[in-house]
Amino acid sequence: MTDQAYNFAYLDEQTKRMIRRALLKALAIPGYQVPFASREMPMPYGWGTGGVQVTAACLTPDDRLKVIDQGADDTTNAVSIRRFFQRTAGVETTERTTDATVIQTRHRIPEQPLSEGQILVYQVPIPEPLRFLEPRETETRKMHELEEYGLMHVKLYEDIARHGEIATAYAYPVRVEGRYVMDPSPIPKFDNPKLAGNPAIQLFGAGREARIYAVPPYSDVVSLDFEDHPFIASKADHACDLCGSAGSYLDEVITDDRGTRMFVCSDTDFCASRQAQGHRGRLSPQGATP
Amino acid sequence: MYVAVKGGERAIDAAHAWLAEERRGDPAVPELTVAQIREQMALAVNRVMAEGSLYDPDLAALAIKQARGDLIEAVFLIRAYRTTLPRFGASRPVDTAAMAVDRRVSATFKDLPGGQVLGPTFDYTHRLLDFALAAEAEVPPAPMAPASDEPVPHVTGLLDRDGLIEQQPAEDTPAPDLTRQPLELPASRALRLQALARADEGFTLSLAYSTQRGYGRTHAFVGELRIGRVAVEVELPELGFAVEIGEVELTECDTVNQFKGSKTEPPQFTRGYGLVMGQSERKAISMSLVDRALRWQELGEDFTGAPAQDEEFVLSHCDNIQSTGFLEHIKLPHYVDFQAELELVRRMRREAVQMQEAAE
Repeated sequence: MTDQAYNFAYLDEQTKRMIRRALLKALAIPGYQVPFASREMPMPYGWGTGGVQVTAACLTPDDRLKVIDQGADDTTNAVSIRRFFQRTAGVETTERTTDATVIQTRHRIPEQPLSEGQILVYQVPIPEPLRFLEPRETETRKMHELEEYGLMHVKLYEDIARHGEIATAYAYPVRVEGRYVMDPSPIPKFDNPKLAGNPAIQLFGAGREARIYAVPPYSDVVSLDFEDHPFIASKADHACDLCGSAGSYLDEVITDDRGTRMFVCSDTDFCASRQAQGHRGRLSPQGATP
Repeated sequence: MYVAVKGGERAIDAAHAWLAEERRGDPAVPELTVAQIREQMALAVNRVMAEGSLYDPDLAALAIKQARGDLIEAVFLIRAYRTTLPRFGASRPVDTAAMAVDRRVSATFKDLPGGQVLGPTFDYTHRLLDFALAAEAEVPPAPMAPASDEPVPHVTGLLDRDGLIEQQPAEDTPAPDLTRQPLELPASRALRLQALARADEGFTLSLAYSTQRGYGRTHAFVGELRIGRVAVEVELPELGFAVEIGEVELTECDTVNQFKGSKTEPPQFTRGYGLVMGQSERKAISMSLVDRALRWQELGEDFTGAPAQDEEFVLSHCDNIQSTGFLEHIKLPHYVDFQAELELVRRMRREAVQMQEAAE
C-alpha cells in the first residue's frame, strides 16, 4: 500500500531530478565525487540516507527492489529501508538477487554475479578515500584534482613496512578507470574484485556528506597494491556450515560461551538458494554433502 | 543451533509498540497535551524550532511529545517534516530594529534610547528549587506597565554614527540556502550564519566558551541582546507591495568586539552577530561569539589554530542531526567489517608470534 501523502518514492520530482543529474555526472566521470544537495530524510544520517535518495531517484513503478545490510535481507535496517519504499513507492520487493532490478546494499556485494540492467546502490558513510589521511575537504578535493595520490601510497607502504601487509580489511581503496581513487564503501576487501568489469550499474550515495559517485558497467576498477605485495581478496578460511560454499564471504557466529563457532554465508539469499538446491554444510541437520 | 537471522520485521514492530507504551508512561497519570507543552515548555519548543529551522510552535511541541522529551530527536522529526514542505518564496528581510521587544539589554551602555528592558529572564532568580511549583498553585499576575512607543534603535547603529564600529554596508545578494545546495567551502558569512542559526546549542556554546578562554579570543561585549516579535512580510508580485503574513519571535545578539587593528583594518570595534528563532539567548550569544571568531581572515587577524576559527571544522560538525545520526549508526550491524578485521588481526598476530618464536 502506497502512502498517498507523499510523492512516489518519497522525494519530490524536483529533488529526484537534481539527484539524477548528479548521477549522470557521476557516471560520466567514474569515481569522481559529485556534490549534491542531499535532503534530510526521515531516517537518521549515517543509516543509509544517501543510498535511499539514490534509490528513490532510480526507482520506477515497475522495479523490483532488494535491500540488504551485511549481505542479509532480514537485518533490521534493511527491513526498515525496504518497508520505507514499500510504503512510499509501493514497488515490488524481493530477496532474490537475480530477480531484483535495483539492489540497495550496505557493506556487501551479493555473491550471485549481477547482470546488465541491474542497479546496485551502495550506502556510503565517508565517501572520501583520503579522509583519514587528510581531514580537510578543501585539501582532499585539491588532491583529487591534481591526481595527487602519493599520500595514499605512502600509507599503504607504511602498512607493509610495519605489519608485513596492507592492514586494511574493508573499505579498501580502488582506482577507477585509471583516474580517481575511490572508496568502495565499507565492503570487505573480499568483495573488491566484483567492482571491476561488473555488468550492473554501481551507484554510491553519501547523504550526510552530500556526495554521489558511480562506477559505470564494465569499468576498470583496480584495488591499490604494489607489484611485490599484490592485492589479495581474503575471507575466513572455512566453508559455510549451512550450505557448504567454500567461495562465499562468511560471518562468524559464536554459538556458546566456550568459544564454539560456526561460519555461515553473510549473503542470506545465496546461502538459502544453495540449501534449496540440496547443498549441505558441516552443521546441516542432514549432514554435509559429500 | 543457529539457523539464520530471521525476525527483524517482527522485532521492529514489537519495539515500536513498546516505545509507544513507554512514551505514554503510567496511564494513571493524565496525558500531556501538545498545548501544555507549547505553553509550559516554551524554551524547549523554541530550541526545537531553532535547530529544526521551522517556525511552528505547535509542531515543535508535538515533536517533543513524540520524542519523549529528547530534544535532538524532536529536532530531527521537525527537520524531516520540513524537508517535504513546498517553498512558496522568500520573505523580505525582517526589520529587527522595529522589533516589539520583550527584553532588551545592553552591557555596553548604562542607559540608551529605548531603555534597558529586563523582560522574563532567569538572570537574577536564585536557583533554589521552588517546591510551590510541585503543588501546582495559581500564579499571581505580573505587574503591568503600558507599552512604550519609543523606538529601540540598535546599539551598533549608535556606535556606527561615530565611526567607532566597522561599517556593514547593506547587501542585496540573495542569501544562499544550506538546505538546497551542498555546503561548499570557503563559505560566505551569510552561509556560516545560516549554519550557526540551526547549529546545536551545546556545540555552539562550547565553541563560544573556548574563545573566551583563549582559543581564538575576540574580546566580546554584549552590545545588545533583544528578544521580541517582528513582522514577516512577503512581496506579492501581483500586488506590487509587501504584505504582512504574520510575526515570529526572535532573539538577536550583537557583540561589540575590541579590535586593535590589523594589517588591513584600522583600530575600531568589530561585530559578531547572532539571530535565533524563538527565545534562545544562550544560543544567540554563543552564535555571535563564534561568528566573530570565524571572521579572522576578513579582518586580517592571525589564524591561531583555534577550533572556533576553523570554518571547515565548525561548519562540518555543528549540525546535531548529522552528528547524532552518524554517531548512533555505529550501533547498526558491522559484522561484515568486523569479520574482515578479525581475519586481519588473527593473521597479523599469527605472523608476529611466529617471528617472535623464530627470534627465540
